[in-house]
Amino acid sequence: MKFPYSETVLEHFKNPHNVGKIDNPDGKSMEGSPACGDMVAVYIKVEPKTKTIEDIKFESYGCASNIATGSIITELAKGKTLDEAKKITWKQASDALGGLPKIKAHCSVLAIEGLRAAITNYEEKHGLVKKRVPTTVETIRKRLRKVMNPLAGLDLVRTNLVKDIQKNNGTVRVAIDLPRNHQFAPAIKEEIDEKIEPLWDVKEVIVDFTD
Amino acid sequence: MQEKRIYLDNSASTRLDERVLEAMTPYFLDTYAVATSEFAYTQGIEAREALDEARVSLAKALGAESEEFVFTSGSTESSNMALKGVALALSEKKGKHIIVSKIEDFPVLQSAEALERQGFQVTYLEVDVDGLVDLEVLKKAITDKTILVSIQHANQEIGTVQDIAGIGAVCREKDVLFHTDATHTFGRVPLNVKRLPVDLVTVAAHTIHGPRGIGGLYIRKGTPLAKWMDGGFQEFDLRAGLENIPGAVGFAKAVELITVEENKQLRAMRNHAISRILKEIPDTVLNGHRSKRLPHNVNISFHYVEGESITLHLDIHGFAVSTGSACFSRSLQGSHVIYGIGGDHERAHGSIRITLGRYNTMEDVDAVVDTLADVIRELRKISPLGKNKYGEEV
Repeated sequence: MKFPYSETVLEHFKNPHNVGKIDNPDGKSMEGSPACGDMVAVYIKVEPKTKTIEDIKFESYGCASNIATGSIITELAKGKTLDEAKKITWKQASDALGGLPKIKAHCSVLAIEGLRAAITNYEEKHGLVKKRVPTTVETIRKRLRKVMNPLAGLDLVRTNLVKDIQKNNGTVRVAIDLPRNHQFAPAIKEEIDEKIEPLWDVKEVIVDFTD
Repeated sequence: MQEKRIYLDNSASTRLDERVLEAMTPYFLDTYAVATSEFAYTQGIEAREALDEARVSLAKALGAESEEFVFTSGSTESSNMALKGVALALSEKKGKHIIVSKIEDFPVLQSAEALERQGFQVTYLEVDVDGLVDLEVLKKAITDKTILVSIQHANQEIGTVQDIAGIGAVCREKDVLFHTDATHTFGRVPLNVKRLPVDLVTVAAHTIHGPRGIGGLYIRKGTPLAKWMDGGFQEFDLRAGLENIPGAVGFAKAVELITVEENKQLRAMRNHAISRILKEIPDTVLNGHRSKRLPHNVNISFHYVEGESITLHLDIHGFAVSTGSACFSRSLQGSHVIYGIGGDHERAHGSIRITLGRYNTMEDVDAVVDTLADVIRELRKISPLGKNKYGEEV
């Protein structure tokens, strides 16, 4: 019988590694939301001299690919320095899992983001981050690369759905090349809001669809 | 992987009953002629008789005359035929306004949306927390341009059974045609068109251990309906296409095999499942009405966990169930029904539907509830929700 998931994914889904919470973690993050159907929390303990991840744990509210990716990235990150761990990509995680279905990419990207956010959280707390830089159209475009186009299983930018990006003071306007009543429009809008709104100098996000 | 697999998704499709298969077989192997050639040769006459007999028996089950029952390829076609057929017949004469509920199944919803794109106005009626349509709201939505109200008999996901007598009475009073999608109630919940003021009824065989690819549409005598499947003159010149005689025979047999006892047993299993889950698993909520409910439908949301993970774990243990989670669907959209009854994303993503059928036993129900309790406990252990609740600062 053919499952959409590989044996390795199923193994990690059934028996996920490094599950749970770390008390008084040195860095932690919570990515995603119940709205997009997936959430992941990552906790890290860092050895201060070598900046190595001594311990890492995760929690997941999500589907099998989210749980399995959480499990595999914690395995990949353990023992690595923060700089090394930051460079772990979705591709590496996916390869280590024997591949993930395309349509599930966004659920698993979340785990990678969780790991990176936990590292950023540590860096911010320990004064390792440079000053806040103002958001540019390029920053927004970069973030939109993390929003999936469910039609293709690839991101919005790569699939040419982003027609225009404008930033005016605190207002960000994104034009998406899909009709307003398209079945994926509400989900895409929600995900764009989630990715852009947290930027420190963004107050409002407007997503325009076509008529 | 467990040896014995227990199928609990009987609203999606059902196992064919052997007796249905037996009734159908001769119409594949012996009497395979076209029913319309009744003046030509013996096989054609036999085929015609079989088709007529099936029609009489199905019409009777609905309290209808046999000329009021048209065979289709299934409930999707039946509902398309009802909505588009009435729209085509009445748009010039009366108006272009149609009313449906927000939680209809896709054949009705998408037909309404397709008509909307062609210039019809569609009102999507809100439902209450149990999924019920408010008759007063319906009354107010009807205008002198309204040509059709289409409200399902029971919901495909949460199992809520609508007051179609009340809805039909409102439609009669306002002189508007009424279609109901009875895909999930036919055979399971009484429905008699002699007593109920309905004009069009969608039914299908695949939900009652009959074959798929066969359904029907009840059309009350005198109901204006334009033909939109063109070709031959079959089905009283309302639906062209070679008659599916084995399907029709199987459909009639499937209906004949349903007993009052069986529906009672389904209801007992349903009640047992619901009360055990609500009692034994904390932070759960029943979706749909507690008593105005399909006898075989259980739909429950489990807080803090996601449905695809639940279904996959259950599958590993040998149980087939369905979920309203976005992750489970190809569209990556959470259930429109759960949103329609006011549920949030978490409630949609964590909803599990168990639908029972002829081949399920009380032991199956106990087994799935036991496993479900374990699976939910394990998934909650690894979930960041629940323990921290929402919005914990990180």
